[in-house]
Amino acid sequence: MSTATTHDAHHEEQRSGLMRWVFTTNHKDIGTLYLLFSLLMFMVGGAMAMIIRAELFEPGLQFVQPQFFNSMTTMHALIMIFGAVMPGFVGLANWLVPMMIGAPDMALPRMNNWSFWILPFAFAMLLSTLFMEGGAPAGGWTMYPPLVLQTGNAFPFLIFAVHLMGISSIMGAINIVVTIVNMRAPGMTLMKMPLFVWTWLITAYLLIAVMPVLAGAVTMLLTDRNFGTHFFNAAGGGDPVMFQHIFWFFAHPEVYILILPAFGIVSQVIPTFARKPLFGYASMVYATASIAVLSFIVWAHHMFTVGMPVTAQLFFMFSTMLIAVPTGVKVFNWVATMWKGSMTFETPMLFAIAFVCLFTIGGFSGLVLAIAPVDIQLHDTYYVVAHFHYVLVSGALFSIFAGIYYWLPKWTGHMYNETLGKWHFWLSVIGMNIVFFPMHFLGLAGMPRRIPDYALQFTEFNQIATVGAFMFGFSQLIFLIVVMKAIKGGEKATAQVWEGAEGLEWTVPSPAPYHTFETAPVVK
Amino acid sequence: MALGNATTLTKLFVVSLMMFGFGFALVPFYYKICEVTGINSGAEQVLVKNTQVDTSRWVTLEFDANTNAGMPWQFKPAQRIMKVHPGQLVQVDYEVVNTSDRAIVGQAVPSYGPRRAGAFFKKIECFCFTPQTLAAGERRRMPVLFVLDPSMDKDVNTVTLSYTFFDTGAQAKTTELQKDLPRG
Repeated sequence: MSTATTHDAHHEEQRSGLMRWVFTTNHKDIGTLYLLFSLLMFMVGGAMAMIIRAELFEPGLQFVQPQFFNSMTTMHALIMIFGAVMPGFVGLANWLVPMMIGAPDMALPRMNNWSFWILPFAFAMLLSTLFMEGGAPAGGWTMYPPLVLQTGNAFPFLIFAVHLMGISSIMGAINIVVTIVNMRAPGMTLMKMPLFVWTWLITAYLLIAVMPVLAGAVTMLLTDRNFGTHFFNAAGGGDPVMFQHIFWFFAHPEVYILILPAFGIVSQVIPTFARKPLFGYASMVYATASIAVLSFIVWAHHMFTVGMPVTAQLFFMFSTMLIAVPTGVKVFNWVATMWKGSMTFETPMLFAIAFVCLFTIGGFSGLVLAIAPVDIQLHDTYYVVAHFHYVLVSGALFSIFAGIYYWLPKWTGHMYNETLGKWHFWLSVIGMNIVFFPMHFLGLAGMPRRIPDYALQFTEFNQIATVGAFMFGFSQLIFLIVVMKAIKGGEKATAQVWEGAEGLEWTVPSPAPYHTFETAPVVK
Repeated sequence: MALGNATTLTKLFVVSLMMFGFGFALVPFYYKICEVTGINSGAEQVLVKNTQVDTSRWVTLEFDANTNAGMPWQFKPAQRIMKVHPGQLVQVDYEVVNTSDRAIVGQAVPSYGPRRAGAFFKKIECFCFTPQTLAAGERRRMPVLFVLDPSMDKDVNTVTLSYTFFDTGAQAKTTELQKDLPRG
């Protein structure tokens, strides 16, 4: 296999220009494609967030119609989840998993090319709905029937775009599992793998288990609307709440798909800049696995208001709270790794520390929402919006920033501009808190989500949030500049890049050559 | 190595296909769980929400069934006596058999004892609302669903609900018969 791959790859190198990227089977090229695609989608989804916040700057309708506003919230979520965060993590996995385990490439390079190139088509389909009669999907990213069945011409585009994203994720996940299971260098036992590889292995299993369930759920929506089935149609003996059960059976593991690789990245970054090995490696692995297993039995905590019996509410409430235990172990281990370490605060470390602090806040508001009687009050308010943005923006997104700053010198061979990086960090972290912290108060006061208008007493907090949103949004342009500058040039990076960096990826020169570990390294 | 990758790929591909099927299997699976554990019974939830039940008193209900003279139907309640709380949702079934060799349309007419108790029978569903057509030899079970209004006088402890079926298809014959019946 490895000789065949290398042989193909050598042909690849002879291609030039655009075709190199279309036909590439090289894990580094595909990783780059994924990351650039993720960056593009991040900007598109971010622009939608700016429209949402601009509309909410004042009560009443200013800039957009309610239907379009709802399209924006729906599309912002779909694009950020499936277009920005997931491809961002897959891009990091493509670049780093083979280098971290001493493999020459991903196990299935052609499938890898497919996994990526499906995505631009999926999102072209999804974004094209913005220009359709009836507008883009506006029923929320959760696609609850019967509301979603009222979508106009965009409906089949939404369904098939989700199908394509699912196929892409499943193929990517299968590739990562096969690579990690079969392609590790001699001596790289499972319990010696870097934590980023471990978290991705578990994430990939979650993806294989739940993405097909989402595909099934949206297929049922499609047949309900177009082919006369009654899965979710009460008139035909179905049940609309059934969709929510199936959807959240997918979507709760999905939120861990969005955060487990983040745990992995932070577990790589913190030991480097604390100059200490990771505290409690084995407990980190077991905690990750526990979170993944528990993620399958908590789905109905998203549905406390559908009229569940008290026994079921209690079960889902307590099982949800149980997840705080392995997550607490992880936070403890990160803090313990920093304890008495010789810490320095380069940009990746700053993002990683912000991750630990702010993700913990998001985790705590999650615990508040896990309490069934409280959730009935807070369901579908801005408190929920505040909660999931603390875990997805300062959680998933900040970890991706940390990862990119951390490995960018390895990819480009140049150090990024540390001053600009620090500006990006501070503006992002302050902006992010200005946007999302007031939302806790708005939610507690009862402001409902997904509505373009609000009662007058919510004005001040909404104005603060909008100011923060624009601060956060525009500071991402600094990130764009930092990345472009590092690609073009800058101070030469050494092979190890960071003084405290350890692992196989730091043993190859910077920038990493097109082919690495063609002869497997021996891990002691 | 190549074989290993292909094998793992196949296994994982089969797993993802199975999970696609599992998504669909979740539909009957959830229904079964709700059925076995009884956690999604709509009727029960309606009952739980009904806070009008006066559990402090019992009322004995007696059910009676008759057919008009000469009508070839057998008509009887499934249960003769029942003890209920006012405000409670009550269902009682009546059984009717057409013993003739032709289809007959019948209409049931209720009467109450004591008579003023009739005003406190809040019927939700009753076979007496519409005429019933029974084919030759047909047997049918028909429900009456009602709530006894809790505001019914406290001194009423026993109420009789009586139904009489009249043959609506045989108008002329009925009028003939009615001539012979004593008035009142």
